This record gives sequence, C-alpha cells and structure tokens, in this order.
Amino acid sequence: MATRTAVVGDKERRRPMERARQATLVRHLTVALVAGLVLYVVSNALSAFDNLQLATMAYSFTAVAGLTVLTGLNGQVSLGHGAFMCIGAYATAKLLGEGTDHLPLALVLLLAALITAVGGVLAGAAAARLRGPYLAGATLALAVGLPTIADRFPTFLGASNGLTVIPSTPPASLGATFPLERWQAWITCLGALIVYVLLANLMRSRYGRAFRAVRDDEVAAELAGLHVARVQVLAFVVSAACAGLGGGLFVVVTQLAAPGAFALTLSVALLAAVVLGGLGSLWGAALGSAAIVLIPQWSDDLSKSLSLSSNVQANLALAVYGALLIGVMLAAPRGLAGAFDWVHQQVRRASTRREEEEQA
Amino acid sequence: MTRTTRLPAAVLAAAALAFGVAACGSDNGGGSSGGGGGASAPGITKTQVTVGGHFPLTGPAAPGYSEIPRAIDAYFQHVNAQGGINGRKLKMITRDDGYNPTNTVKVTKQLVLQDKVFAILGGLGTPTHTKVVDFLNASRVPDLFVSSGCLCWDEPDKHPWTFGWQTDYKVEGKILGQYIADHYKGKKVAYFLQNDDFGTDGAAGLDQYVPKASVVTRQTYEPGNTDIGPQMAKIKASGAEVIASFSIPAYTALVTLAGVKLDYHPQLVVSNVGADPTTLTGLLKAFSKGKAPASLIDGVRSAYYLPSGDDTSNPWIAQFKMIHDKYIPKLPWDGNVLYGEALAFTFAEALAQAGQNPTRQGIVDVLESGKVKGPGLVPFRYSKDSHAGFTGEAQSVIKDGKLVEEGKALQTDDGSGDITPTDFDPGQPPANMIPAGSD
Repeated sequence: MATRTAVVGDKERRRPMERARQATLVRHLTVALVAGLVLYVVSNALSAFDNLQLATMAYSFTAVAGLTVLTGLNGQVSLGHGAFMCIGAYATAKLLGEGTDHLPLALVLLLAALITAVGGVLAGAAAARLRGPYLAGATLALAVGLPTIADRFPTFLGASNGLTVIPSTPPASLGATFPLERWQAWITCLGALIVYVLLANLMRSRYGRAFRAVRDDEVAAELAGLHVARVQVLAFVVSAACAGLGGGLFVVVTQLAAPGAFALTLSVALLAAVVLGGLGSLWGAALGSAAIVLIPQWSDDLSKSLSLSSNVQANLALAVYGALLIGVMLAAPRGLAGAFDWVHQQVRRASTRREEEEQA
Repeated sequence: MTRTTRLPAAVLAAAALAFGVAACGSDNGGGSSGGGGGASAPGITKTQVTVGGHFPLTGPAAPGYSEIPRAIDAYFQHVNAQGGINGRKLKMITRDDGYNPTNTVKVTKQLVLQDKVFAILGGLGTPTHTKVVDFLNASRVPDLFVSSGCLCWDEPDKHPWTFGWQTDYKVEGKILGQYIADHYKGKKVAYFLQNDDFGTDGAAGLDQYVPKASVVTRQTYEPGNTDIGPQMAKIKASGAEVIASFSIPAYTALVTLAGVKLDYHPQLVVSNVGADPTTLTGLLKAFSKGKAPASLIDGVRSAYYLPSGDDTSNPWIAQFKMIHDKYIPKLPWDGNVLYGEALAFTFAEALAQAGQNPTRQGIVDVLESGKVKGPGLVPFRYSKDSHAGFTGEAQSVIKDGKLVEEGKALQTDDGSGDITPTDFDPGQPPANMIPAGSD
C-alpha cells in the first residue's frame, strides 16, 4: 500500500510511457497483446497435438477465469460450472447446426455466452439466497442434473450420442496445408485473451471492488450502500458467460457436444484449477488450466511407461493426478500464483536489502 | 507493488504455459522421429509397426470389452515371438475412452497426433467411434476394423479410410429376425434397443422379417443409465413372449436379472455383441453378488460370425486358445478374447499382403482387393464399393454356459437381399498363425 501512495504522489514526474501503463485498459491490452504474440509464436512452433493441448488449455482458461472471479473475488463456491459449459456447448452446437451455412463463428460464440449468461441469472438468483455448503450443494445438483436433460430430448439434443458439428476450417488465405489444430488453438487463445482483458478490467473496476466487498463482509458491504444480492447475481452472470464461452470453444475444438463431456468431474476439475492456480488470480487461472490439462497427460504417460496391466494403468493415472494435486496444495497453499508471488517477494526483499546496504 | 508486477507476471504466465507445452512437444517429437530409416508411413519403422485403438477400460462398457485390446496385444506378442510380419514387430497402443464419446475424440487425436500410429485398429463402439470417423478420414489414417457393427463404417465414398469388421447390425437383425419369424410364429415380440445406431440398425434388420403386428413394444436404454426397471415393466405389461435385444453385455445381464425380479421369463434373442456366455455369467455374478445361477442365460439365442470359442476341435479356435493360454492366461477364454485375436489376425493378414514397404494407401488397396479372408464362418464383403466386414452369421444358442452354433452359416446383404446358406471355408490356419504375404 505504501508504494502505491508513493506512485500516485510521483505522478507528475512520471514519463508518458509509465503513465500509460497506469491506465487499466491500456495495461491489460498490452499484456494481452504480448501474450498473444507469445502464443502466436509458440503455436507456430508446436506440433498438431500440442496445439490441441494449447487449445484445451485456452478454453479451460476461459471457464476457469470466470470461476475464479466468482469464487475468489466474490466468495461464492460453484461446483456446477461444468453445467454452464454444457449450456454454452449445446447452444454453440445448435447454432452451428449440421451444415456449413451458419452464422459467423464469432457471433455464434457471443450468442452462446449470452444464452449461458441467462442461465447464470437463474442460477445466480437462486445462489444469492444460499450460503456455503448449501450453495455448493445446489450448484452440485446443477452439474449432475443439467447434462441429463439431453437424454430427455433425443431428437433435439441427441441424447448421450450428442450433437456433432463440422469443424470450422482455417481460411484459405493461410494455405491449404495449414493445420486445423493450430487454427483451433488460435480461435481458443483469442477467446481466452478477450476474456482476460474483460475480466482484468472488471476486477479493477468498481464492480470488482463491489465483488470483493461482498466477499469480505456482506453486512459491511450493505452498509456501504451495495445491493448484496444484486452484486452476487452479477458475479454469477459474468462467471456463467465465461463458462458458456468456454463451452462454445470446447465445441470448436472437439466438434462435439455430448453429456459425457460435462460430467461432475469437469466441474470439479475447473474448481481444482481455480484453487491450484490461486483463488481470484487470473494468471493463476492460466496456470491452473495448464495444470489440469498437462498433469493428467503426464500422469497418463507415466503410468503407460511403467508397462503395468491395462486395468491398473487406467486407474493409476487418476491416482497420480490426485496425489500431485494434494502435493501442490500442501507445498503452495495459496496456489501456484501465490507461490510465484512468494518467490517474487523474497527476491524483492533480497534486492531492497542489498540496495539499503549499498546506500549505507 | 501489484501494479508494477502485473505485466511481467502475466508475460511470465504465458511463457510458463508456452514452455510447458513446448517441453512436452519436444518429448513427442523425439519419440516419433526416432526411427527415421525404413519408414514408409507414419507409425512404421524398419523394425516396428505401431497401431492404436480406443477402448473402454473403465466405465459401463468395460466389462468384457476391456479384454479386446489385451487379446489384440497377445496375438501381436505371438507374432513378434515368431519374428513379426515382414520383419517388423507389431505394437498396439491402447487408450481408454470409458465409452464416452468426448474422451474418444480426445484419445483418438492423441493416438494420431502424438503417438503417430500407422492405423487405428478396432476402435470400439458406435456412439464413440462415429465422433472420430471424420477426423480419421480427413487425416488419411486407415481406420481398420471398427469394433461395432454399425452400417456407417461402410461408406467408401464418404469415408474411404474406414473399414468395418464384424457383421453389421442390420445383417444380424435380418438373420435373428428370420429365426424369430420361423420359430416363434404368432408370438408377441418386444424390442429392447440401445438408443443409438446400434439399436436402430438392428431393429431395421429385425423389421424385415418379424411381422409388424407381432411387435408389441419397442423400448430403448441409454448406455450409462443402469436403471432399466421402467422399460422392463412395460415389456412385461405388453405380454411379450420373445425379447429381441440389441444391447451390450451389461444390459443383457440387467434384462435377465430384471426378468428374475419380475418373475417374467421370455425367450431372449440377443445380438452377438451382448450374448457372450462367459461375459454374461461374470456380469450376472457381479450384479447379483453371486446369487444368480449361471443357468439363467441357458437358452439365450444369438448368431455369430466366428467359430464358437467353445468348439476346441476347430483348428482356428485351438490355435487362438493356445495364444490366449500362453500370453493372457489370467483373462477368461471368452468371446471378447477370441474377437480381439481374430481381429488382430485379420490386420496381420492385410499387413503381410501389403508387402515389404507397407503404406497407408497400400493397406487400403489390399483390403479393397478382397484377398483378405480372415478366420470367420463367412467371407468379408471388402471391395472397392464396400467396406463392410463379415457378411453373415450362423445361428447360435447358449447351452450349459457354452455357445453352440447350429446349421450352416447364413449370409445376406444390408439391403433387402435374401438370406442364403454359405459354403465358405476359411481353410486351415497358416503355420504358427502367421499369415503369409501375397507373394
């Protein structure tokens, strides 16, 4: 806090570059642009399969980032975000349809996010009345119940067989041999970066402060003039829209919306990513998403390399994944983002100490 | 402080992400480019041919079906012990999809893009494999011998790289339907169908022979939802005396147990997919905690395209059983193991005929030439115009827990063609069960 006051005090003497960095929007756009460039270079260097992994991370990030706003910033636990991804995925699949003549993909994804946001209003209105374990229970029911609706409407939603869509192919201007997976990585990463900019700004805005105020003390927030329930519903809507977009991007990557994709394990994995990355931190969400994609992959490869019987092999991957999650949480209780912050603080402390010594 | 750290922190995050992916990328790259020399196609080196498949090792379809990839692997081990095919050892990579279509998409992409397999072999399931057919054909990966009898594998114009293997469900429906029409004349028939192409194709075949008036009810089930009480109550209420069932083993067992509970004992006529006696006995024991007697499934009718695994006097069966006893003795000797070995044998036969430097196109050409005979009771339909597998089945019944085949094998098409007996003879198995090349 002390440093921040100093920064504001020094404002007059700062160079234009640094003043620009202070403008929230410019700063977040810069970050997104730099990250976008890095991702562009990386995706060009990656193999098809790794681009697919990158795309998986990106759509997971979209949902996880939304959840970290809800849980980390606003203090509402949701065990049901897989259900919102499910809504977004089915909306996307229905809007894209079976043919190739559909609305532009960007519009479809936007609509999917909006439709899911409507679902978020309903869930949020219920959630605003619930606290702690009751909220967890209600969202859990949503995660378990919602995907089974597909079974009730076999012709409209395709039952357990799901809905398939034709992949959105890269534009011809990129060349005939441009890999589909890289194109999918680009679409999903762009979606993830847009969500990053929007959420990062939201977190810094008065809405973000309202979210935090309600999380920290509802009574105090109400006394300060905030409409607690409305803030909570808003947080749910924002979070649901992000998950909906994540679901839409999921369909872009897998060309499939089926209830099996949105099992309870998905909702739990999303929450695991939030906690693993660090509650309320967007780049923690990025790290968490990377972790939930890469760790199962690595543990699967590890259990495969041990050449065990296939029954043990299929289950060992899950066990290794679980053990790793527990290990990380023990070593870094504030998540990966927290661990990085801690390292950063240590380095800073060491360097200020050195500076002080030099000055002395 | 937070302000000044945000930018580097975010860039760091992106870099960490990138590094994480790049690191695993380089691993894979090293693995696949390892055997550059002698490679005529991805997944083929001078010394090895790598294929892969998606199978349910966990989940509702795992009982029984999880043995198939292990049986494929056992046959491959047997081949490798004899020096391989054209000097190349065979390697099978199995990935678990839990019979969940979303996972099928994921693991199949992994097999093709990361493991860089030469071909997908025996990918299991209709709801699962339909989700990856387009991807495999777009990637020009041979998609051989899908473990499902959906008609949808036989679309050479749309899916030139996909081949079926087992008898398709419509042909099977016709053959079972004819039996019902001939032997249960005038009796009320209920259909119990899996709610996807498996059930739909089967019912289409049944409908060609079972008179419409005698079908009293058509019930469906969702794989994954094990509560079939409501459907069974409706079937009992309909007064059906015969149940024609296109179900996977777990649901055949559930039908049998529901019959016990409701004191309702109709004649069961089941697709071979869900009628393997050993698998059913095991499932009945597991579901009823050992209470259900094995005799419950005696009299269940089906039809089958391979020699019965219980007929050890058949030279093919004797050989396949020997491989089972040597490499996977802990697995029961059942229809799934026989299925996996027979399917692997067919692949070895096609690979041997594809010559010294097999290519992806080459193996497709070999299959379309119609020279691959396989170990079945009926021939394959493979040609330029058809990618359908076995073209018929012999009637069968479960007696004392064993599968007994009756009469000559029957063959037909998946249109409105007649059912005719066949004199097809696969001949004697090759020496050591290693198929010879075309030269």
